[in-house]
Amino acid sequence: MNTASVIHGLAAEFATHRDLLTAARAARDQGYRQMDAYTPFPVEGLPLALGRKRTLVPLIVLIGGMIGGTGGYFMEWYANVISYPLNIGGRPLHSWPLFIPITFELTILCAALSAFFGSIIMNRLPQPYHPIFHAAHFERASIDRFFLCIEAGDAQFDSVTTRRFLEGLHPLTISEVPL
Amino acid sequence: MSDERDQSLAVTPLGYPGRLLAPGETYESVSETIASIPLAKHPPRAWYWGFGLGFAFFMLLLFAITWLFIKGVGIWGINIPVAWGFAIVNFVWWIGIGHAGTFISAILLLLFQQWRTAINRFSEAMTLFAVACAGLFPLLHLGRPWVFWWILPYPDTMGVWPQFRSPLVWDVFAVSTYFTVSLLFWYLGLVPDLATVRDKAQPLWQKKLYGIFALGWRGSAAHWQRQQSAYLLLAGLATPLVLSVHSVVSFDFSVAIVPGWHSTIFPPYFVAGAIYSGFAMVLNIVIPVRKLYKLERLITLRHLNNMANVMLVTGEIVAYGYLIEAFMSWYSGDVFEEFMMKNRAFGPYGWVFWLLMIMNVVVPQVLWLRRVRTNLVLLFLVSFSINIGMWLERFVIVITSLHRDFTPSAWGMYSPTFWDWATLAGTIGMFFMLQFLFMRFLPMISISETRELVAEPEKAEA
Repeated sequence: MNTASVIHGLAAEFATHRDLLTAARAARDQGYRQMDAYTPFPVEGLPLALGRKRTLVPLIVLIGGMIGGTGGYFMEWYANVISYPLNIGGRPLHSWPLFIPITFELTILCAALSAFFGSIIMNRLPQPYHPIFHAAHFERASIDRFFLCIEAGDAQFDSVTTRRFLEGLHPLTISEVPL
Repeated sequence: MSDERDQSLAVTPLGYPGRLLAPGETYESVSETIASIPLAKHPPRAWYWGFGLGFAFFMLLLFAITWLFIKGVGIWGINIPVAWGFAIVNFVWWIGIGHAGTFISAILLLLFQQWRTAINRFSEAMTLFAVACAGLFPLLHLGRPWVFWWILPYPDTMGVWPQFRSPLVWDVFAVSTYFTVSLLFWYLGLVPDLATVRDKAQPLWQKKLYGIFALGWRGSAAHWQRQQSAYLLLAGLATPLVLSVHSVVSFDFSVAIVPGWHSTIFPPYFVAGAIYSGFAMVLNIVIPVRKLYKLERLITLRHLNNMANVMLVTGEIVAYGYLIEAFMSWYSGDVFEEFMMKNRAFGPYGWVFWLLMIMNVVVPQVLWLRRVRTNLVLLFLVSFSINIGMWLERFVIVITSLHRDFTPSAWGMYSPTFWDWATLAGTIGMFFMLQFLFMRFLPMISISETRELVAEPEKAEA
């Protein structure tokens, strides 16, 4: 389409999260794939309705935690056994039970850092500019409005038929989102 | 007041105060109630008094720290045998206060306790500020605070490493991890609300300022999915973390052989005490604040009642800890343990012990009565009593155990100096100053989570 190159997509505004869920399911049934929804709070089932898969965040957290745990234990072992051995009351240098608290803390620390930075980076934040901010009434997407945006990059996108399809879902408004 | 009581007591089969959210709230109304506070041109008059008082004591803290840097720890009352004076008492007290924040935000989240929504942001901020106050004390107590980084592991030119078998080194890891994780958890939950404040702000500079910290949040479903996943995982990580932090703090004592410290009950008893004093501090702040900012519709009597219940339970665990300590000192048959207990109750610091028993064990028993749990004034006073009681508990543990241990020739007395009191009062000032700044500039209740309660009204009734 010609329009595809000059606009980001078409955004429909809804008043409740239930309307948005219905609309997202309908759009997916209609064959639309490249779309996103914008809500003031996390809506249960919405990622599924949009056809999103499970997120990779838990996997990243698991890997981060394992690196923290093994790295922490290795550091303690290396420091107290190899690099700087100290005889404390004749106890074995590799006294592993006493290494556990720090291993535990570093597991949590690295897992938490991975959860935070993993989710932020995968969300590509910080991102001060995004075309969707041009949608009509979008300032209310963080207050009390629910938006569904079918993007111009979608294979089925057509500025006329897609608008007609969105109108059939009875949104409050429909607006064209410029790039 | 009686109106409020009638309304939130109305719908309960078991006689508990019912609602989490006053009726008739909408997305717009909760957003407006919460977000208008940081956006207001002027805070309420009482805010200036609160902040000003906190700031004045914060100045006292800076003064006390400066004098400490010039003269050294000799300005405090510490000496041999009591080398761990107020610094460690205050450290343990503050870090304990922080624990309620994590308990509310993480453990109650995992347990699907919807009532945490109104108070979690607030108590997470409290955690951060309390841990910041706590962290100061071990650093100042080092004597040479400017080389504090020697306790961190890094390959240095001196060729030495920290001694990882020492609970004091565990403490460094536990407390710094705790602070970091609390900060990440707090900020991750704050981002969507900062976006709300950004979108509600009128002046451009305000829009930009909140916009920067909102990171460009746009509420995309994909973003929510990852944010929620990370948030839940952080809650799952913070839960064992919070239990470990005060356990590690208790190891500082229980791994030593000093009578009164060397006890296996310490970790659970410290954790319960931490949550106990933390909830008391949350109540001491929330009760005036909900009045000041007119948040009674969001922080209802149901919340206060639930917090009082948690205090009651943890308070009984703490009382059990006192009982077992006394019992074990007799049952052990160890002459030093027996003497420690006798000295604790009837020695020169006996009055502190009995004051502790009154404030921490006797007074809180009134929480069995629902009338007290839903009476703002009484609940405030009981919480205040618990806060002081928990401070006294740490005083009893640290000072009475140290001042008379094995050898009578090494006994001594401890008395705090002006500088000890100034540092304690100063951190309290710093804590309240930060808390007031937080209330002024950030949304103090999670707006997006409150919206979920609006969207699913049945959750708010439960």
